[in-house]
Order: sequence, then C-alpha cells, then structure tokens
Amino acid sequence: MKYVALVYLQESLINAMSEQEWHDLNQQCVGCVEKLTSQGKYLAGEALQPTTDATTIRVRDGETVVSDGPFAETKEQLAGFYLLDARDLNEALQLASHIPPAHLGSVEVRPVRELPPKDS
Amino acid sequence: MPVPSLLDNLYRTRSRRVLATLIRLLGDFELAEESMQEAFAAALQQWPAQGIPDNPTAWLISTGRHKGIDQIRRRQTANQHMQQQIELGEIPAHAFDDSSVDDDQLRLIFTCCHPSLAIETRLALTLREMCGLTTEQVARGLLQQPATVAQRIVRAKRKIRDAAIPYEVPEGKALAERLHSVLRVVYLVFNEGYSSSEGQAVTNVSLADEAIRLGRLLSSLLPQAEVYGLLALMLLQDSRRAARQCPDGDLITLEQQDRSLWDRRKIQEGLHCLDTAMQLPHPRLYSVQAAIAAEHARAASAGETDWHEIVELYDVLIRLDPSPVIALNRAVAVAMRDGPEVGLTLLAQLANAPELRNYYLYHAARADLCRRAGHTNTAREAYQQAITLTRQEPERRLLQRRLSSLQG
Repeated sequence: MKYVALVYLQESLINAMSEQEWHDLNQQCVGCVEKLTSQGKYLAGEALQPTTDATTIRVRDGETVVSDGPFAETKEQLAGFYLLDARDLNEALQLASHIPPAHLGSVEVRPVRELPPKDS
Repeated sequence: MPVPSLLDNLYRTRSRRVLATLIRLLGDFELAEESMQEAFAAALQQWPAQGIPDNPTAWLISTGRHKGIDQIRRRQTANQHMQQQIELGEIPAHAFDDSSVDDDQLRLIFTCCHPSLAIETRLALTLREMCGLTTEQVARGLLQQPATVAQRIVRAKRKIRDAAIPYEVPEGKALAERLHSVLRVVYLVFNEGYSSSEGQAVTNVSLADEAIRLGRLLSSLLPQAEVYGLLALMLLQDSRRAARQCPDGDLITLEQQDRSLWDRRKIQEGLHCLDTAMQLPHPRLYSVQAAIAAEHARAASAGETDWHEIVELYDVLIRLDPSPVIALNRAVAVAMRDGPEVGLTLLAQLANAPELRNYYLYHAARADLCRRAGHTNTAREAYQQAITLTRQEPERRLLQRRLSSLQG
C-alpha cells in the first residue's frame, strides 16, 4: 500500500533555529531518506519552501483567482511530504515515526486513493 | 438440549470467536458479520437432521467462511484488494483450533482499539464487535443516538479497510503502547457503566459486566501485570455496586456504605487478580489503583481504613502519573490521615491546575474538607460550585444534601 506522510511544522520554530541546528535537521532528513530508500520503502518525497512562498489558486466560473499564502491558516504548516510503500498502517506509522520533524511538529499519515481507470 | 437453545447458547458464548476468526479469513468486517449470521442460520436448518457436529465452533467458522467465499464469488466486481488477501482453497481443520481462535480474539480487540480511531469510535466498535452488543444497546449504554453510533461504526470499518489497519497483535515495544490503548477502552466501558456521565441512573449494569468480561478474556489471552491490575480494579470497584445507591437512586459515599452489601466473591476474585498482577513484571497505574481499592475492600468498617497505606500507594501512583486528578485524590487521602487542614493546604496548591478548575470533584472535595474543618461559609460556596459543574443527577442530589445539612 502507498501512504503519504505529510510533515507539519511550526515555521516559527524553524525561523528561530541557529544555522547549525537547521543544518543538522536537514542532515537528519537526508539520513532518513537514505534509510527508507535502502529498506525499499521510499517512493518519493520533497521538502517545501516556507508558506511565505506559497500561492493559492482557485478557479471559479472559469476565472482563476490567485491569492498569496496557503489555503488555510494553521498552527503548523506543511513542510514536506514522503510517499511511502508500506505493508499496512502499522508499518506506515512505524516508518513515519522516524521522520525527523516528527520530534518537532507532527506527521499525518494518509493512505493513497487510487483514481479509477480512465473511462473508455 | 434442543438445537435452537443450543444455538442460542453458542451464539452468546461463541459468536465473538467465530466472528474474530472470520474477519481474519475473509479480510472484511462487514462480510464476516453477514457470513457468521448465515452460518448460524444454516446450523439451525441442518443440525436437527444431521446431528450436532463434534466441534460446533469449528463448524460455524468453516461454514461461515464458505458462505463468505460464495458471497465474494457472487460479487464479480469485488475489489482487487480483497481478492488478493483471501485464500479460496480449503483450510485444514486445525486452523480453527482453540489457540488460533484465541489469537483472533486478540487481533480483533487490538484492531477495535487501534489508536488511529477516535476514542469514542474505539468504545463503540469494541462493544459492538467484541461484546456483541447491538447498535441500539451500544447507543443506550453510551447515551448516544443509535444513528450516531451506527455512523461511527460504518466509518470505522471503512477506515480499517481503506487505511489498511492490520488485523494483528502488535509485537515488541509497540505491544506495551497498544495494550495501554486497549486497557483504556476497557476501563472507559467500565466507567460508562459504573457512572454514566449524564442522566439519572448511576449504574448501567450491563456495561460494567461487559467490561469485566473483556478484562477476564484479556487476562486469559494476554496474562500481563496491567491486564490483571485493571481486572482487579474493576472487580473491586464493582463489588460495591449494591451498596452505592439507595433504592430511590441517591448516592451513598464509600464512608457510609453498608459493607455487608459488598459482593465478597468479587472482592475475593479482585484480590486474587491483584496478587497475580503484583507478581508479574511492571505493575503500573491500574495495579496500583487496584491496590488502593483493595485497602478499602479489606477494611471491615470505614473507621478501620488504613489511610497510611493508602497515602503511600498514592505516592507511588503520582510518581507513575503526576497528574492533577491523582494529586487531588492523594490530597483527600492525606486529609483522612492527617486531618482536613493538611488536605486543604494540598488542595490550595492545586487550585491553578486547568484540569481541575471545572472538575466538580475538586470543588466537592474542597467543600467536604472545609465542612469537616468547620469553615462553613467556604464549604457552602464550594458545594455551590460543585453543583453547578456536575452533570450527573445523583451526584447533584448528594451535593445538595450536603449543602442543605450545612444550612440547617
């Protein structure tokens, strides 16, 4: 089964980090990806630029409305994601618990929904 | 025994085991439930003519499984996920022996109590699937609308399937954490039965019984200290059931209960479970709480309660769980040992804990201690506050009586 692990972090926490702490956190994430890859559990993933760089679009009545920032103001912000290949939810949760920001923020684990095949 | 009453009996005692195994074999809660019903219906038809099988449970499982597989075959469009998981061939009879069926019961309770389900859902699902209560009964027990409970259960089953919550007993380090979640659900079921949090009746007899039954089952399947500790705690608390309430529904405090009404058999069993818990590795919160309940059970009268021992047990408890609610209970025990003024000093230190500010028992305890210390005005205020905060009618009446006795 495929699961997406959505990593949420308070950006203020990152902003308050020293250069060394930020460097260490990144290295931990690199290590985590390496380990998941060697276990054959890592399918894809990316870290995201902060929400200050986010742009939200909506299309209404054929018109595209562009606004700044993320869709919803939340206490913790989406900071990245992992696409994992796990046997079941228990394994997915166990893998997600090793994602370094789990110690600082939270990681939401969601099963992937397969879209139906294209209508013929 | 005629077949219909035998089947009634089997349904009561064995249907949960049959269901637990069918869920594993068929990989689907809903289908397992339907297939189990069909298996019982088939037994009612076939057994009078063909005779009762040597191992009725295995017969029901095997028949249920075939019914389930037929159903899957009929659903030509059954989703791929299910087809992959189900072995459609024959399964040897020993696959249904007692130990594998026991394992399935554990798998079922660990699935029903999975922490990825909301706590209310875990309660409803456990009562429905493990205890075999109907949705109506679950709703009545939990004081919720049947439609709400039904919806919770449907959503839970969908999540179990779509998020692939596995049907397994966790191992290693995860077992301890997950067991905690299971025990919490069992104790919540018990407490829902012991004192329904709203409304008139304080004791909803059947839920307390269900929780104790679950506790007994768990202790036989997973003999760990805290499992026995929780069972002991429930038995010892439940032993006072008949003494807790007047016939008119008014509450009677521990101090004033007629101890001859306490159920000696439950106390004996509870004390025995507590001994077992204390001999196993890592007795923790439930075992220590049971040890406190045991001190009350052993005291022939309220005056003979060993408050020194109880305070020491609270000291252990608060090291394991330094929460304000436990500190509150400890303060009350200290007041019994050292007098109300000492207790009031401890309560004053807890006054700012956010968990206690709107907790009626905090204000009720403060009121009782003020009353005993002769601070009538403060006691009156604290009773008023407790009365405003309690949602339980019998509790409200008890507090009201206390308040009236002050004003009299």
